[in-house]
Amino acid sequence: MYAFTYQKPTTIAAAVAALGADADAKPVSGGQTLIPTLKQRLAAPTALVDLAKIPELAGITVAGDTLTIGAMTRHATVADSADVKRLIPALAALAEGIGDPQVRNRGTIGGSIANNDPAADYPAGCLGLGATIVTNRRELAADAFFTGMFSTALDDGELVTAVKFTKPKRAAYVKFPNPASRYAIVGVFVAETAGGIRVAVTGAGAGVFRATALEAALASKGFAAASLDGVAVSADGLNSDIHASAEYRAHLITVMAKRAVAAAG
Amino acid sequence: MPDAPSNYQIGASVKRREDLRFLTGNGNYTDDINRPGQLYAYILRSTQAHAEIVSIDTKAARAMPGVVTIYTGADMAADGIGGLPCGWQIHSKDGSPMVEPSHPPIVVDRVRHVGDNVAVVIADSLAQAKDAAEAIAIDYKALPAAVSVTAAVAPGAPLVWDTAPGNQCYDWHLGDKAATEAAFAAAKTIAKVDIVNNRLIPNAMEPRAALGDFNPSSGEYTLFTTSQNPHVIRLLMGAFVLKLPEHKLRVVAPDVGGGFGSKIYHYAEEAICTWAAGKLKRPVKWTAERTESFMTDAHGRDHVTHAEMAMDGEGRFLALRVSTKANMGAYLSTFAPAVPTYLYGTLLAGVYKTPAIYVEVQAVFTNTTPVDAYRGAGRPEATFLLERLVDECARVTGIDRADIRRRNFIAADAFPYQTPVALQYDSGDYQGCLDAALAAHNYAGFPARKAESEKAGKLRGIGLSTYVEACGIAPSAVVGSLGARAGLFEVGKVRVHPTGSVTVFTGTHSHGQGHETTFAQVVADALGVGMDQVDIVHGDTANVPFGMGTYGSRSLAVGGSAIVKACDKIVAKAKKIAAHLLEAAEADIEFKDGMFKVAGTDRQKALAEISLAAYVPHNYPIDELEPGLEETAFYDPKNFTFPGGTHICEVEIDPETGVTRVTQFTAVDDVGRVINPMIVEGQVHGGLAQGIGQALLEQCVYDAAGQLLTGSMMDYCMPRADDLPLFYVGQHTTLCTHNPLGVKGCGEVGAIGSPPAVMNAVIDALKGYGVTNMDMPATPEKVWRAVQSGRKH
Repeated sequence: MYAFTYQKPTTIAAAVAALGADADAKPVSGGQTLIPTLKQRLAAPTALVDLAKIPELAGITVAGDTLTIGAMTRHATVADSADVKRLIPALAALAEGIGDPQVRNRGTIGGSIANNDPAADYPAGCLGLGATIVTNRRELAADAFFTGMFSTALDDGELVTAVKFTKPKRAAYVKFPNPASRYAIVGVFVAETAGGIRVAVTGAGAGVFRATALEAALASKGFAAASLDGVAVSADGLNSDIHASAEYRAHLITVMAKRAVAAAG
Repeated sequence: MPDAPSNYQIGASVKRREDLRFLTGNGNYTDDINRPGQLYAYILRSTQAHAEIVSIDTKAARAMPGVVTIYTGADMAADGIGGLPCGWQIHSKDGSPMVEPSHPPIVVDRVRHVGDNVAVVIADSLAQAKDAAEAIAIDYKALPAAVSVTAAVAPGAPLVWDTAPGNQCYDWHLGDKAATEAAFAAAKTIAKVDIVNNRLIPNAMEPRAALGDFNPSSGEYTLFTTSQNPHVIRLLMGAFVLKLPEHKLRVVAPDVGGGFGSKIYHYAEEAICTWAAGKLKRPVKWTAERTESFMTDAHGRDHVTHAEMAMDGEGRFLALRVSTKANMGAYLSTFAPAVPTYLYGTLLAGVYKTPAIYVEVQAVFTNTTPVDAYRGAGRPEATFLLERLVDECARVTGIDRADIRRRNFIAADAFPYQTPVALQYDSGDYQGCLDAALAAHNYAGFPARKAESEKAGKLRGIGLSTYVEACGIAPSAVVGSLGARAGLFEVGKVRVHPTGSVTVFTGTHSHGQGHETTFAQVVADALGVGMDQVDIVHGDTANVPFGMGTYGSRSLAVGGSAIVKACDKIVAKAKKIAAHLLEAAEADIEFKDGMFKVAGTDRQKALAEISLAAYVPHNYPIDELEPGLEETAFYDPKNFTFPGGTHICEVEIDPETGVTRVTQFTAVDDVGRVINPMIVEGQVHGGLAQGIGQALLEQCVYDAAGQLLTGSMMDYCMPRADDLPLFYVGQHTTLCTHNPLGVKGCGEVGAIGSPPAVMNAVIDALKGYGVTNMDMPATPEKVWRAVQSGRKH
């Protein structure tokens, strides 16, 4: 780890100001990716701006069928929330399956989606549920927010403040974990929403994406696992590494999607 | 052994007395030790698999804050520091000695694997040392790398060592080639397998660490290190590397958090820290980070083998021939040459009465981390190929897999049994182990369970492994004749204090095995004292007279026997003292239930009364007997010990994903007399986890350029609790005939017996898809592909 300065502002404005004052400053939310990266000397920010003491970033609120989760809300809080379990149990289950207890008690939803690790779980949940990403400047549809590997639509000085979810008719997330890291080799979030059926895939490609062939099959043949029989996903552009080839990942997308559809009931 | 007193400890599941300090954070590990004025070492390691070092520029780095010095290989060479020695010399078929390249602690002009040591930065803090290391400029001239054994022996392969043509270290053989060939010529049926024994990275929970210290007033060096054998490190480092006499070098291996073999060897960092402490007159500490552990701890296994079994018309084994290529890595680690030879070829009879065996082993240098003994060391490789081959024998003959084993077992009444590959087994009951395991597993119920799985769309398979291994290494004269440059005896010292409590010093080392408990049970029974009166001391050359350490499941069989021998001496001396105190003839004194008694009378003395007399010798046979009550014994074993058993694995495979789940695992082992059943069960559980890990999860992967792709827990898959089933662990015991406790060893049986049981089960589950062989690990994609290609046929 290299030397850096450390600040813990109490307002979003102060955090943005601190980040704006130093081009090499980095915000830290749960730190579950950033801190290990620092320890391995793979990043050298001059300043860390810790978002943990900003009250308006934390907490879960409900308004009708809309669930708003503050950016600094920990995975364990989402997993345990009665409101989340009642409105979108698939999202609570997703949070319950991230990492291990230590990670879940430190990691945050805002940190996860702003980092947009190509094998992270939350991006699949946000994209699959058609969530709205709220920042200090605007609101963005999930479809517009995730732009590729470790890349989002966030501008400089823009922070995720919350994520808004609308209760779907039904939804489920099933992942095939990497046996070593337990990140998703393939994770599939399926949801039947007011805006249609959505199938979001994490782990398989350069970033989270929607499996349109599977969405179309479910829309035309009905929301049932059997509707995906024989529907193949192309391996083109999918990740290939020592754990899984692109061809195997493509196969697993359909299998996990079927299992998610079955689990969504 | 004396008769059992009423509070007999042997055979009791005494809770591990060491666990309280471990579980409450009170362990004392090497990295917990800090000395006044301590400096921190950071090793700059090669990023290249194979390269010449054109230049190293340390000037800018030396000027960085907190930097005390930077040493390179040239600095060590200038001080006359020697290379890390190899402890075992193998000779090739033609009688020539193995190629034994030099292994300087820091390279001088050429790096030979990723992680090779290039320079050491010593600074006031670790962060400062790391900062400075980044400022060292190294100009590498990349060389082509030889990475896999197959690539390294190919014509025209890059040479790791100019002195090793074809990258060959040695070309060894064992057995009767002519008899084997003749048996093959007459065979009715021949079964063949091609086996890859996958390379593993040990991953002890505690990373390696070393702290060197020098006392200018006494001229004595002290090394605190994560070692399984501190005396061996003192001998190797003192005599060969730093050239320090033993009386000026103390090596302490305090609490050590797991070794699995990887902490047997003398590593460069131990020599670097000790040497630097002497030069700088300040303590120097180094602690590995996990990535360094992946890159520099000696790896395990990595064999490529072709094997064939000749059979008669009834499936009886006539002859076995085996050809193996074994990866040594870039340098010869301390015991590496012995692993694929005398710990492997000698085990190829297994539990079978195969009359003729011939094995050839070519050891190969590659541009990878050195490979050495890892839990099981040679015996897992032998067992895996043999038990896969026996299943293949069953397949090609159509004989049931349990039946073909029964047909070929060495019978329970055939011991001692001389194998055609040098070993003489003293005891065993392979048929009994198999029967006990089949019953415990409900083998007969498998078809019903398979039908249930099939109803759920799953494939189910069952696999057997009937194995024997060799532990308790070993008679010094025997291993000496085979090339060992060490004796393999063990030492026990028993000190009875004046008031009767007992301190025992053992040359073995406990790093997870629970010796402090098990050995205390043995001593409590031998001397008739309470467990709370006995302490076991290990791991410090300043306390323990000598010792060869802990590996190869030898601690109880060899170290325990030395302790028993020392206890016997204590009893013998105590009888003399008792005879004096009780005014009786020595021949009339009997030792029973912890009391020294005049036979046929009620006159007796407890051990504490005798020890008090020994240290306060007022009324004492001082003319005939020295005061004090302390005895040392060196025990050289008469033979190896031969644990064995049957493992049965049952798996369920999801054909849609290829995921294999172990649903049941039964291990019935013969480890000889069991001192502490709970500890034995724990040892077997740990071994099974590693064996199942090898079969399903673990794989060290280098790319073709020699970069380590599995350099962290993110990519190297260690087994976790949810990868494993509940184990059924049982014993079917025959006693070792040649050591006083009748013990054989239990530390490695789990890792040796289990991999073929798992793979035989996986292959059984997939046989409907035409699968007859599969390399470990049976990853989901590999299994899925087997299902896919089976469906296409």
